[in-house]
Amino acid sequence: MIRKLAISLSAFAAMTGAPAVAQDIDVKLGVLNDRSGTYADLSGEGSAVATRMAVEDFGAAEKGMDVEVLSADHQNKPDVGSNIAREWYDVEGVDAIVDVPTSSVALAVADITADNNGVFLISGAGSTSLTREQCQPTTVHWTYDTAALANGTGGAVTNAGGEKWFFLTADYAFGHSLEENTMDVVRENGGEVVGSVRHPFPAQDFSSYLLQAQGSGADVIGLANAGSDTVNAIKQASEFGITQAGQSLAALLMFVTDVHSLGAETAQGLNLTEAFYWDQNDATREWTERYEAEMGSKPTMVHAGAYSSTLAYLAAVEALGSAEDGAAVVAQMREMDIDDPFFGKVEIRGDGRAVHDMYLFEVKSPDQSEGEWDLYNQVATISGEDAFLPMLEECDFSKQ
Amino acid sequence: MFELLGIPPQVLLGQLLLGLINGSFYAVLSLGLAVIFGLLNIINFAHGALYMAAAFVAWMFLNYLGIGYWPALILSPLIVGAFGMVLERTMLSRLYHLDHLYGLLLTFGLALVIQGLFRNYYGVSGLPYQIPEALGGGTNLGFMFLPNYRAWIVVASVLVCFGTWFLIEKTRLGAYLRAGTENPVLVGAFGVNVPLMITLTYGFGVALAGFAGVLAAPIYSVNPVMGEQLIITVFAVVVIGGMGSIMGAILTGYMLGIVEGLTRVFYPEGSNVVIFVIMAIVLMLKPEGLFGRPA
Repeated sequence: MIRKLAISLSAFAAMTGAPAVAQDIDVKLGVLNDRSGTYADLSGEGSAVATRMAVEDFGAAEKGMDVEVLSADHQNKPDVGSNIAREWYDVEGVDAIVDVPTSSVALAVADITADNNGVFLISGAGSTSLTREQCQPTTVHWTYDTAALANGTGGAVTNAGGEKWFFLTADYAFGHSLEENTMDVVRENGGEVVGSVRHPFPAQDFSSYLLQAQGSGADVIGLANAGSDTVNAIKQASEFGITQAGQSLAALLMFVTDVHSLGAETAQGLNLTEAFYWDQNDATREWTERYEAEMGSKPTMVHAGAYSSTLAYLAAVEALGSAEDGAAVVAQMREMDIDDPFFGKVEIRGDGRAVHDMYLFEVKSPDQSEGEWDLYNQVATISGEDAFLPMLEECDFSKQ
Repeated sequence: MFELLGIPPQVLLGQLLLGLINGSFYAVLSLGLAVIFGLLNIINFAHGALYMAAAFVAWMFLNYLGIGYWPALILSPLIVGAFGMVLERTMLSRLYHLDHLYGLLLTFGLALVIQGLFRNYYGVSGLPYQIPEALGGGTNLGFMFLPNYRAWIVVASVLVCFGTWFLIEKTRLGAYLRAGTENPVLVGAFGVNVPLMITLTYGFGVALAGFAGVLAAPIYSVNPVMGEQLIITVFAVVVIGGMGSIMGAILTGYMLGIVEGLTRVFYPEGSNVVIFVIMAIVLMLKPEGLFGRPA
């Protein structure tokens, strides 16, 4: 009787993908982001929560994988971020680093990850350099990048008649990259760039820059910044009567937490591009409910990206049976057909860019909005091919 | 019309005015620091955190109690000032006989704790606070559109700054205060309660920060890091003006606001640094500060 049971059990185990159970894979994930500064709400602890949810939903424990999630604050400083990343790889034995908003920090972490043959699952950072000039075989750039934002918002606003652009740009890697990508899109669509000003990051007072933008005679003021910088710039633009005088604003990167902070009254009518909105479909709503129970606020696309990229990563590790060789895990991720609950069909290209649909949203007016978080109307879907830049030949690691 | 370095005069006038508005915050904040340093010898690093706390108190008044901007402009500095007095009584007063550094460390720690608490409860994205209705809209000055609320900031800060200067330099109460810091034992012998006076002074300095915080709430997003971003600059302003000099702090505040505003036109990337460059130059040429007396 007992023998019979043992045989049927082992047969059952063999059928349900038993190798993983026997392997006992150890995985250590490090969520590195801004936990205290201007990007803490759009990434921060929320990304750690999302990553832990991914580990749980993947069923890591049942599959014999022992996954541990660490988190740390890089304070938006490349030196702080680099030190933590090195310590994680050298001392803690971390296998993959997740999130890392602030492109200047992400670029540093990408190199360190490649040196240590780890895996870098980027959700929060936006610079296209991560998969172009500074591409690495161990990088997966999941959620968005500045080219996708430029193609989404920049394209939509230029086509709607906003021909002359003035840029207000955060003076660091991300801002420069977003400005450059958007300028290209504006020019491609027949628009013109009449000027730009680079402001220190982070800044509080934008009145001086806004006045320069006003004097430039532009139709559109493109905000190539993020977080509280964007929020303050929009608030002050309305205070100084800039929007009332006929110039429009294009917030090139805005997260739902920023729009929430501005309120529908001030933010209404703004176009913005995101990869995820909590109220898109049943899957996002159900996940948001669980996320909110833990965090007390709605998730941003960065949180969703941390979740989804972790799911894909764990699936690749499971298939390989080990998380040791980072480049091999990323190669495996490129091979897989990923059908993600939020991002849909995702293809990870040879350069590490995760290609998926992006969405153009418009912020609802206060009468349309049914709650403080009911903020977006979806205007258009931008296919992955249209949203992201084509791959550079020298960055195609699938052929190397 | 004339042009200066390729900048048309209209733009220049606008930028000067904006500089003056930002200078108003520097002036009120550095004044509070100067009062506290001048009379208590405490380098109050918690100043930025208390400025932020007052903005939050104003937000709480509006959202939890339905109390608007005008009462909050008085009430929230009072509350933050009272909180400051509690800090002074329970903690700072134990450090007066020690080196400045201890006061700096304590207030720095307090700033981190206060900021951390607000961050924990309210996040960092910031909370909306509307401009009061009476001050909505703006005036077209020809060279720029001046929001009425910004004009109010300049008026309010000038009144508060010069009121404070008058109180300390020109009244009997101010004379007691100055005497009390010079020689507390002797002034105490005349029947003046010196410790009480010092507590009230600290409370007053903090209330000034609170006043600036409420002024800032409608134009910047109310968030836990709003003070942190400002305080270092304000310290540089105090150093440039001369530690402890009341008039020095006020004038330097406005002046550096304007310098910073102009930098934003000519070389925006340097606008963060310009004040510190000036600080370094002043420290090299006149270590006691522009308005300080040589020690």
